[in-house]
Amino acid sequence: MSGPPPGIADLFIRFTQVGISGFGGVMPWARRMLVEERRWLSAEEFNEALSLCQVLPGPNIVNMAVCIGTRFRGALGAFAAVMGLMCAPFAIVLALGALFTHYGGLPAVSAAFRGISAAAAGLIVAMGIKMAASPRLRSPMAVFAVAAFVGVGLVRLPLGVFLLVAVPASVAAAAWRSR
Amino acid sequence: MSEVLAELAVDFSLLSLFAVGGVVTVLPELHRGVVEVHGWMTSTEFAQLFALAQASPGPNILVVSLIGWKVAGLAGAVVATAAVCAPSSILTYGVSQVWQRFRDARWRKTVEDGLVPLTVGLMLAGSFLITLAADQSAMGFIITAVTAAAVLGTRIHPLWLLAAGGLVGLAGWV
Repeated sequence: MSGPPPGIADLFIRFTQVGISGFGGVMPWARRMLVEERRWLSAEEFNEALSLCQVLPGPNIVNMAVCIGTRFRGALGAFAAVMGLMCAPFAIVLALGALFTHYGGLPAVSAAFRGISAAAAGLIVAMGIKMAASPRLRSPMAVFAVAAFVGVGLVRLPLGVFLLVAVPASVAAAAWRSR
Repeated sequence: MSEVLAELAVDFSLLSLFAVGGVVTVLPELHRGVVEVHGWMTSTEFAQLFALAQASPGPNILVVSLIGWKVAGLAGAVVATAAVCAPSSILTYGVSQVWQRFRDARWRKTVEDGLVPLTVGLMLAGSFLITLAADQSAMGFIITAVTAAAVLGTRIHPLWLLAAGGLVGLAGWV
């Protein structure tokens, strides 16, 4: 099933490809590369790694690069995978940023950007709705989702303060429910 | 300048450790820090940088690079990106080596069950705030709603939706 374990250069190159392939989220591309093309992981191993990356804080895809790099080549592999993932997109986004600074003042560009910003918000709204429709939320635990929306979205509590209270409460509730 | 870099480094490393479920969950906190606390940019500029990051290939987290760049140039971009990636990466590096041992542990599922609703609520808060920041007209809200509906109801590539939004804007309707 699995192919030969990747070297440092492999990790860098393949994660570079993953990084520049996806728009608005590259995790599906990471799965394709890892499971289907390179066969560095089985589908089950990928899901296992993904669940770890989702539980831990931080950008999920960066965590995934760390997991995969560590698995095959230790700390150096993790570094190579993260650098591969981030370097090219970083350069591209800054180039776009520079173009925008230069031309953003033009009436046509700023008009177009009002539309693009509105559409970009729509992409995120859809992501939120998709997650909210998850069956895992059809339980009294949904009250914690409402609390997070109201606390952070409406009341504008600092995230750290909110999480310090909400994470223990929510995990305790989950533990109590699974007795 | 170095003071700003230090602020970026401290703020964004904390953000890294609070980002359960990825960057969208920390959008409200990012907005609070960057727009409301530090006054580094307006809410509209924040929404524009977010849109640029969405229109660019790569992880969503790149919005942080753009914020750093806007605030303190290339050094700011590097510091902001490293700050938001490093703490969580180091944590992941450590945990990934012992995770296998806990694969069947019951507390693992309990922690996940506890975190999922919070993540969802924070994602909704993030999308709510970015919508308020991006949309200044009725047409803006319409574009946001139509885009969201298109993502949920069709398999159209997101870049086409961004382009369509851009065209409506270019026509002077937003």
